[in-house]
Amino acid sequence: MLKGKVWIFGDDINTDLILPTPYIYMPAREQARHVFEANRPGWINEMNAGDVIVAGRNFGMGSSRPAPLALKALSVGCVLADSVNALFFRNCVSFGLLALECPGVSQLFGEGELAQVSFDDFTVANCSSGKSLKAVPVPESLISMMQRGGIMPLLESEGFIAPRTAAEELQQSAQQ
Amino acid sequence: MGMNIVEKIMARASGSARVKPGDLVVVGVDTIVLYDGNFFPAYWRELNSVKNPESVVVVFDHRVPAPDRTCAKAHDVGRKFVEKFGIKRFHDVGRDQGISHVIVAQQGYALPGSVLVCSDSHTGSGGAFNCAARGTGGPDIIYALAKGETWFRVVETVRYDLTGRLQHGVSAKDLFLHIASRYRDHSNQNVEFGGPALADLSIDARRTLATMGTELNADFTIFEPDQIMLDYVRERSQNPFEAQYPDADAEYADRRTIDLDAMEPLVALPGKVIGNAVGVSEVKGERIHQAFVGSCANGNFDDLAIAAEVLKGQRVAAGVRFIVTPGSQAIYRRALKEGLIETLMDAGAVVTNATCGACQGGHMGVLGPNETCITASTRNFSGRMGDPSARIFMASPATVAASALTGVVTHPGEFLRGGRHAQG
Repeated sequence: MLKGKVWIFGDDINTDLILPTPYIYMPAREQARHVFEANRPGWINEMNAGDVIVAGRNFGMGSSRPAPLALKALSVGCVLADSVNALFFRNCVSFGLLALECPGVSQLFGEGELAQVSFDDFTVANCSSGKSLKAVPVPESLISMMQRGGIMPLLESEGFIAPRTAAEELQQSAQQ
Repeated sequence: MGMNIVEKIMARASGSARVKPGDLVVVGVDTIVLYDGNFFPAYWRELNSVKNPESVVVVFDHRVPAPDRTCAKAHDVGRKFVEKFGIKRFHDVGRDQGISHVIVAQQGYALPGSVLVCSDSHTGSGGAFNCAARGTGGPDIIYALAKGETWFRVVETVRYDLTGRLQHGVSAKDLFLHIASRYRDHSNQNVEFGGPALADLSIDARRTLATMGTELNADFTIFEPDQIMLDYVRERSQNPFEAQYPDADAEYADRRTIDLDAMEPLVALPGKVIGNAVGVSEVKGERIHQAFVGSCANGNFDDLAIAAEVLKGQRVAAGVRFIVTPGSQAIYRRALKEGLIETLMDAGAVVTNATCGACQGGHMGVLGPNETCITASTRNFSGRMGDPSARIFMASPATVAASALTGVVTHPGEFLRGGRHAQG
């Protein structure tokens, strides 16, 4: 269960808007400073940890860049959209950012209202209006990976990759 | 009911008798393609083992030759990975350099009926070869390297039956813009192309369409096999494969027929592609500062050829920078031998080495504040090619070249010779 303040975004929010090209090869904490700078400058200073992004169709369409990682570095609580790009969604799974596809969600909320999201029964509720919707269910294996920080912690625990050194961790501090 | 192409490939790769929309499948990966972007410290993790080094391809493409020290370091990390695991299919800066999706095509790495992943979003390009090729994230690639597998959520499929033939000067890019404009996004859908028009649709044109499937927001984009494609792959690969055809009673979310004779040059307005294209006449006269032909979608030989045909004997307008970036050094060499490079350069175009370059706004043609560009590449999003205030129109290589000549958005018709169907 997650509760957070809603920020409304429109249709077709692409990955170049979420994470602009000049910053894609930088550490996540640096990437986070440029989120939505073309379409909503200043938003990163207004939002707070745990806030919820509510958007229309095709959220996250575009490139494979780690746009979810930049949102995670901002401590975005969850992304809800009428439809979510498949590649963006799998990056949410891989990087551990909670995201659900919920047709009609863009009409369920007004800016600043409070959202409550259950990842057990995939209910998305507007605490302000009392109305709710069902999100598209996500298989247990994927929700579990999202909630546990994505692919890297899994591969570390299985010995496929070495955990980051303290120095590397500092450099990439906002990443995992 | 039977299965469509993507469902058949997913069934085979996951060891199931059949799959259907809604299923989550874990599949063996036949080919894993890495590019320079994988090796930046924000993305890369050193692996202790790679399940099957023979399945791996490494291509440096986004920023080559290295434009700065950060990129140079990432290239170094990539070369060490190649050496550590003995990766044979490595395309470093040099003779076999190119954009990964173009290399995958010209080397025959995308085998019909197989599964290919790469963490570049335009990987769907391989769908031209009946290959279930798809962009994943960077972590998915590390996972696939370690375990030799990945997951997909099976979604419904829209089938496009193409009939007729594109008129000379009208390209697969215009067909894509028509689909994006008329049918809009294909979120949570695969796109399957087939129909009699394939007989006149070159491999380059199919690759343009398959690549741009990403910009329809589609999951997989895939073509039905035909003799032209099978011959193309067999000329380039000794590896066995099993092409997949849709069952006669395959299920589709929708079936749509498009008459290619009815296509005309279109332009997508700045900011987004979906539902945003208009006829060239509607934006005729819009002044431009830069014109670009390149990328995994439009850096093909066909694209350079039509640009050269438009430019032949003329000069790029004053105040316009026309940048042409071949998709691979092999395409560059062929264009050189056939005189296209000389034609382009005589007209004032700047021809760069093969790389993603200006398409990604990384180097070799980055846009400044408030500039206007017309591009034959993959995206027109704000900030895609440089400053967020720059406006990017998207069109075919012919329309881009015609606009470079006049300095304003221009219909290519007046600069093209030859008959209606002079070129495929």
